[in-house]
Amino acid sequence: MSASLLAADLPYWAQALLRVLGGVVAVLLPAGTIVYVFLFKMMSFMQSRLGPMEAGPYGSMQLFAEVGKWLQKEDITPERADRFIFKIAPLVVLVSTFLLVAVVPFGPDAWFTNFEAGVFYMLAVSSVSVLGILIAGWASANKYSLLGGLRAAGQLIAYELPMVLAVIGVIIQAGTMNLQDIVFAQNAGSMFGWDGLGNPYILTQFVGFIIFMIAVQAELTQTPFDMPIAESELVSGYMTEYSGFRFLTFFIAEFATAGVFSLIASVLFLGGWGIPFAWFGWDTMDSVDNWMNVVGPLIMVTKMMLLSFIIMWVRFSYPRFREDQLQRFAWKVLVPVSLVNIMITAILKVAF
Amino acid sequence: MTSTESLIDRRQLSYIAAQAADARLNVELETEGMTLNIGPQHPATHGTLRIIARLDGEQVVWAEPSCGYMHRGYEKLTEVRTYPQVTALVNRIDWLGSFANEVPFILAAEKLMEIEAPPRAQWIRTILFELSRIANVSLFLGDLGVQLGAITPVFMAFRDREYVLNLIEGATGGRFHPNFDRIGGLKEDLPAGFIDETRVVMKKLRNFCDEMENLLFGNEIFQSRTRGIGVIPKDVAMQYGLSGANLRASGVDWDLRRDQTLPMAWNKVDWKVWTHPDGDSFARCWVRLQEVRESTLIVDQLLDNIPSGPVMAKVPRIIKVPEGEAWVSTENPLGEMGYYVVSKGDLGPFRTKIRSASFNNISIVPWVLKGVYVPDIITILASLYFILGDIDR
Repeated sequence: MSASLLAADLPYWAQALLRVLGGVVAVLLPAGTIVYVFLFKMMSFMQSRLGPMEAGPYGSMQLFAEVGKWLQKEDITPERADRFIFKIAPLVVLVSTFLLVAVVPFGPDAWFTNFEAGVFYMLAVSSVSVLGILIAGWASANKYSLLGGLRAAGQLIAYELPMVLAVIGVIIQAGTMNLQDIVFAQNAGSMFGWDGLGNPYILTQFVGFIIFMIAVQAELTQTPFDMPIAESELVSGYMTEYSGFRFLTFFIAEFATAGVFSLIASVLFLGGWGIPFAWFGWDTMDSVDNWMNVVGPLIMVTKMMLLSFIIMWVRFSYPRFREDQLQRFAWKVLVPVSLVNIMITAILKVAF
Repeated sequence: MTSTESLIDRRQLSYIAAQAADARLNVELETEGMTLNIGPQHPATHGTLRIIARLDGEQVVWAEPSCGYMHRGYEKLTEVRTYPQVTALVNRIDWLGSFANEVPFILAAEKLMEIEAPPRAQWIRTILFELSRIANVSLFLGDLGVQLGAITPVFMAFRDREYVLNLIEGATGGRFHPNFDRIGGLKEDLPAGFIDETRVVMKKLRNFCDEMENLLFGNEIFQSRTRGIGVIPKDVAMQYGLSGANLRASGVDWDLRRDQTLPMAWNKVDWKVWTHPDGDSFARCWVRLQEVRESTLIVDQLLDNIPSGPVMAKVPRIIKVPEGEAWVSTENPLGEMGYYVVSKGDLGPFRTKIRSASFNNISIVPWVLKGVYVPDIITILASLYFILGDIDR
């Protein structure tokens, strides 16, 4: 999506437009796929039922039917709600997702922005969604929503730290915070002199990967960390008072964020868009063939679906923690383990 | 730490928490508590129960169940119905195990009339009674998962309960409201193939119990959510008149199926009453799981030696129950359910008092909810297991 991919010099506005369109596609398409494949179908098969079957072949058009239904519904604002804040809250959550996808590289030239501090940026904007959830809970003027919003705030703050610490291991090993360079380091790397698989960090940073995925699960407020939503106690928590389009926005944001976090996890731990560079004899970023710009996004989507599968699998089979148990788990287990992981990584980095 | 010590420890902790919450609320300049209405429309109350909870943060300082939103007046209705008509009403009290509701009423009427159902009818009654217990409690096991956030178990419960409901439908013609029990026996004999089919289904249900034990009860999160939550000690459980699995989970070895001599077939087979010493939410769920498994074994044994003969004793065509009063209670899926029937020699009862298990079981809610956190309210309510029809009648 940069100029060299298109092999033509486009004016700035055209490039910007293309990037925005690309970003929308990169967020909405995976979100829709995740909803259909995992929420509708995989969940149904796990629960010994068929799921949607009527709209389109095997219910494949169900998502359009659902979106159409939500768009028709009345957009209700509670009487005592803080109207302005209530209305922008879902957008804040969705914006966080779009900001996140901006740093994800999809190919050697297929990126939206190539930040030097990409990881730092990613960790920073991922917490913007907390604000959206918190103000949604507060502005709804509903006790359940307030409890949900406050729980979300406590939980997401607790899980930012293990997430950051888990990523630090990767940063130490790659020696860079640029996501594109992290992908390069994994695919051009070698394990004990053997470069047939590159060096995906899931092998060396396995502990970091597990902690990252747990933190992602909490960040997404998916079971077992879905206390802010908690249908059976808080009646969907901060989303209780939302209807129609604004609920749809929350819904899209939930699944789009699951997709984007899977993309980021695949960049950090699974080698991103790349295939081991030794297969084709590439040794620098510039020597990577141009067709990777087409194959790269496909590889990314495959890895994203794989990681989303794990996220959804856990979501559909586990009961939920209690708020204090979750805090205890975050501070007493995940933080110390990730600190030890950083220490070992640093020692090994210096030693080898 | 042994089990009893940890129990005392938990009780002390929850007491201290409640006292602290009280003290905080009584100090001026402290933020005032929030009153949270859980229900009448709330997914955790399986209907229209309302729990009024005063919270300090997320901690419950005071809670009170408010019931009666679904009062249908069955006690009064029985006064204007004839005896055979009453069974159609009362099997709507605990709607998940409806056949079990009919039995104590019919037994009370039979006691007044001094007749007894033939052995085959007693056997079939017991089989259907246990089948409705299985249908009822297996759904509880799935629903428990939903209350704690695991959505998959409930679909497994629905899947396997369906087999049991098919059996009940095959025998009685009604999936939820059989209305099959008659004074002096049963409406009809069992259909052909019922016994073989039931054996297959009982095997499936035992598999379901194993599945639940692995999927739900073996899960660390489930255990940490339920162990030590909502501890009801033995003496308190007895003071509040708990019955059924809630009482047995507090370590009281009390089961009306074994302790009473009724014209039913339970004492003809070999089975075990499960108890648990802890009295917490986990114990209540665990005891119920074991009871489903035990019930499948009871049904299997009953099928082995089911006697032949008629299913209806000789009763007049128009049933008039002689003057008198009778109390019969049985161990229903939710606990002790009994009918006190007063007859003046008419076609219908003069007065009926229905003792339903859930109404007494939720009376402990104010005691047990004091000092717990909001998520634990849901765990405790789920593990106490009430059915709204059974509370409000």
